[in-house]
Amino acid sequence: MSDPQESNNTQDWDPRAMLNNLSFLEKKIHQLQDLVHVIVRRRAQSTGQADEILVQQQQLMTADLTSIIVQLISTAGSLLPSVKQTLCPESSISQQFGVTNQTAGVSDNVVFQHNNSVNKLEDPSDMTGFFGAEQNCPIEDHEMKSDDDADEGENLPPGFKRDANLRMHMRGHGDEYKTPAALAKPHKESSSEPILIKRYSCPYIGCKRNKDHKKFQPLKTILCVKNHYKRTHCDKTYTCSRCNTKKFSVIADLKTHEKHCGRDKWLCSCGTTFSRKDKLFGHIALFQGHTPAIPVEESKGSAGPSNKVEQLEFKYKSDAPSGSSCRNVMDLERSGEDPISYFSPLNFETSGIDGFQEFPRPPFEDSESSFSFLLSGSCDYPPKNGRYTGSNDME
Amino acid sequence: MKKQLVPESSSSRFDLLSEEIVFIILDFLNENPLDKKSFSRVSRSFYAIESRHRKFLKPLRSEHLTKILNRYRFVSTLDLSMCPRITDASLGVISGRCKEMLRSINLSRSKFFSHVGLTNLVMNCGNLVEIDLSNATELKDSAAAAIAGAKNLERLCLARCKSITDIGIGCIAVGCRKLRLLSLKWCLGVADLGVGLIAVKCKEIRSLDLSYLPITSKSLSQILQLQQLEDLVLEGCFGIDDDSLAALKLGCKSLQTLDMSSCQNVSHVGLSSLNSLAECLQQLNLSYGSRVDRALADSLQNLSMLHSVKLDGCQVTCSGLKAIGNWCVSLKELSLSKCMGVTDEGLSSVVTKHKDMKQLDITCCRKITHLSLANITNSCTSLVSLKMESCTSVSAEAFVLIGQRCQFLEELDVTDNEIDDDAGITDSSILAIACGCPGLEMINIAYCEFISDRSLKSLSKCSKLNTLESRGCPLITSSGLAAIAVGCKQLFKLDIKKCRNVDDAGMIPLAHFSQNLKQINLSYSSVTDVGLLSLASISCLQSITILHLEGLTPSGLVAALLACGGLIKVKLHASFKSLLPPLLFEHLDARGCTFQWRAKTFQAELDPKCWKLQLADAE
Repeated sequence: MSDPQESNNTQDWDPRAMLNNLSFLEKKIHQLQDLVHVIVRRRAQSTGQADEILVQQQQLMTADLTSIIVQLISTAGSLLPSVKQTLCPESSISQQFGVTNQTAGVSDNVVFQHNNSVNKLEDPSDMTGFFGAEQNCPIEDHEMKSDDDADEGENLPPGFKRDANLRMHMRGHGDEYKTPAALAKPHKESSSEPILIKRYSCPYIGCKRNKDHKKFQPLKTILCVKNHYKRTHCDKTYTCSRCNTKKFSVIADLKTHEKHCGRDKWLCSCGTTFSRKDKLFGHIALFQGHTPAIPVEESKGSAGPSNKVEQLEFKYKSDAPSGSSCRNVMDLERSGEDPISYFSPLNFETSGIDGFQEFPRPPFEDSESSFSFLLSGSCDYPPKNGRYTGSNDME
Repeated sequence: MKKQLVPESSSSRFDLLSEEIVFIILDFLNENPLDKKSFSRVSRSFYAIESRHRKFLKPLRSEHLTKILNRYRFVSTLDLSMCPRITDASLGVISGRCKEMLRSINLSRSKFFSHVGLTNLVMNCGNLVEIDLSNATELKDSAAAAIAGAKNLERLCLARCKSITDIGIGCIAVGCRKLRLLSLKWCLGVADLGVGLIAVKCKEIRSLDLSYLPITSKSLSQILQLQQLEDLVLEGCFGIDDDSLAALKLGCKSLQTLDMSSCQNVSHVGLSSLNSLAECLQQLNLSYGSRVDRALADSLQNLSMLHSVKLDGCQVTCSGLKAIGNWCVSLKELSLSKCMGVTDEGLSSVVTKHKDMKQLDITCCRKITHLSLANITNSCTSLVSLKMESCTSVSAEAFVLIGQRCQFLEELDVTDNEIDDDAGITDSSILAIACGCPGLEMINIAYCEFISDRSLKSLSKCSKLNTLESRGCPLITSSGLAAIAVGCKQLFKLDIKKCRNVDDAGMIPLAHFSQNLKQINLSYSSVTDVGLLSLASISCLQSITILHLEGLTPSGLVAALLACGGLIKVKLHASFKSLLPPLLFEHLDARGCTFQWRAKTFQAELDPKCWKLQLADAE
């Protein structure tokens, strides 16, 4: 591949790209100039300030300078017609910073941001080492990203509305596509800039997501950090109102669960639920004494909330077979809310959800009247005929 | 005859007989149900003995259940098919009274019970071995789960229980491990999964009816691995094709009866797999299936145990029949009903080779002439049942041959056997048959215009006759009917539609003598209110068809309907709907009686649409 490149093939470079690069260079040179002026001015006025602040400011300036110069160098390097792919000695620095050489469009918000509440990078001197960690990716990243960017949203055979879905699809194509960089969210602009990949660390000491951990696995965005922290290090306060078992600390997780909760409608007498009928039958064929369990609403002719109560008991309780079913009914909280509403999936958006606010949700309960109906009618309920117990059927 | 007993204080001589001996005597009285009734009226001790002896009950009215069950404490078989209204409460009574004695219950015509009653029944009657729940279309899986509690259940019929699904059958498969006979005909909610589970869990299954179920080779291969399977019915299983039958090669060595009628996707290619059953298969039903030609017949020639073949509705070729004739087995039963292409040549070649033929059905084989009949009667002298409805080419003399040679005949159907005035069945034919076949139980002489009272009088000698169908025989009068009533006490089905000369005078002897009559068709006859009302004394009368009776008035009809307490089905002309009080319908509905309304206008001719001529043209 290198031979045709070095033979100065004039069709290997794109004039338009070169123009872009040149204008970029111009812009950067101006930036550089302004920055240097600022430094000069600051140095002149620097008397009244504390030393640490001065030092920090100086470091900041130096960092800015360095980055702009780096960009200048890399962009200048890309002007060379022989430079097309990554395998080029001049581009070692750009590799180090995960920069693509072909199209060197840039966005200004690339480099350092110190305004995050969560620790990201503490000093610029760490930068190299930190980015060194990313060294192995850029090559593939570079290749794949260019493909992506070229075809983004237009020529991909399956078009995906959400890039998360695109990434999931790409995983199916093979290992080469599974690198973090390949699966990273593509930029919205048509040109890809020399980005510095930002990573975040969890503040909890000892967590694998904490930067101090030996096997540090960084988090990608602030939202990831927030969700991770809630999920892993906080109490799970929200409970699914259908199954009453699963608890979550993140509302989005709860909503996702509720989409699927209770979908397993095939129920065995041992309490196991199955999403498909043939799975249930395979299970029963395999074991002695298991029989299919029948949804209760069939046996009880009358409609009403008490019906739904039963339905919940026997359909969604995956742990407790018969005997405890009545007990479960007793265990319910009774906050006297409207019994019909607890089935609505929209029930959960009652209060604004931000942070770890406590959120009054009726898990699954009844008004007084229907509950008393339950109590009085409890002797009629199926547990007595052993349909749901394993004990009657087990040999 | 009752002996003159000595005064009550001294014991009767009959008391010397032990109860067991009297039981044995009573066992001989099974033929006529009224005999046991008269036995129990003899004395108190006889009454008590009969109450202890009776094991089989078939009540006519569900209102009397409590009383009946109080009297008969040892009932093991309860046939409730004549009681259309069995509620959960009735089942409660039954389970409470019969308890462990009850082994078999037939609820096939009752609709008003639910899983609650069934649970009760199953819990109390732990020895239940047989349950017939056919036609319970409202029963759902909860009922099936209740049945699964019958641990000793061996025979279960769920035909037409359309609301039961795989889940319910799954429960039964797990619960009733001893199941030997299961009928799921028309249980459209059951498919491969349920049937597969039966095959896995119920290893004792001997007989399985899966007609019209949407099963495929997936469950069929599992079924054919049942080691004890003897009888398999796959009527109308459209999911079964030639490839599915390859599973037969898996080594099912016990299958004796296979019914693959109306399996449209099975051809002779698939049937060649039947060779693996050569040592065991005895009865094969391929009705309404593929063409019966040489290839098909040859594919079946290795079945050395085969004795019954049904090919109804198939296209038959002469070479096919000849090939059948060349089989090494000797068939006992052959049905070519409604087969196209049956000729004298083909049929004769079959019957002359298969001399042990006992049942032959050649309904609607219009090309058959007296030649075939001569061969049949010559060769198949042990013929027990002959059905030749619409064999219009057969002449009168041929029937005489039947009477002369087939003395073991019990069942004869010669409906519609004439096309022109000269040919056809006459009184002398029937005479010959009646004399020659004293064991005759069923005869159909519908639309045989020349049959008169003479035939009926000769038929009255056949004391076992239980079914007489003489529709459209205008020469029959009440006196002929009276003769039948007197002579044929077993009569339970009578069809005298369009016999214009039968009037009330014929009904009175029927009412008096035919205490077993269950079903009667009097349409277009001359019976009036009086005659109909007199039939009310027949307590087991269940089904009456009374269309276009000129002498029928609304008030008379009301009286008759109210008086016939056992009625469950009435076919009436729609014009009566508005003439009868609605309260009557409510009352009858509560009693379990249903009405079927017909709106056809009065048709004077015997064969108004000239069916016979049309069919003759079609041939």
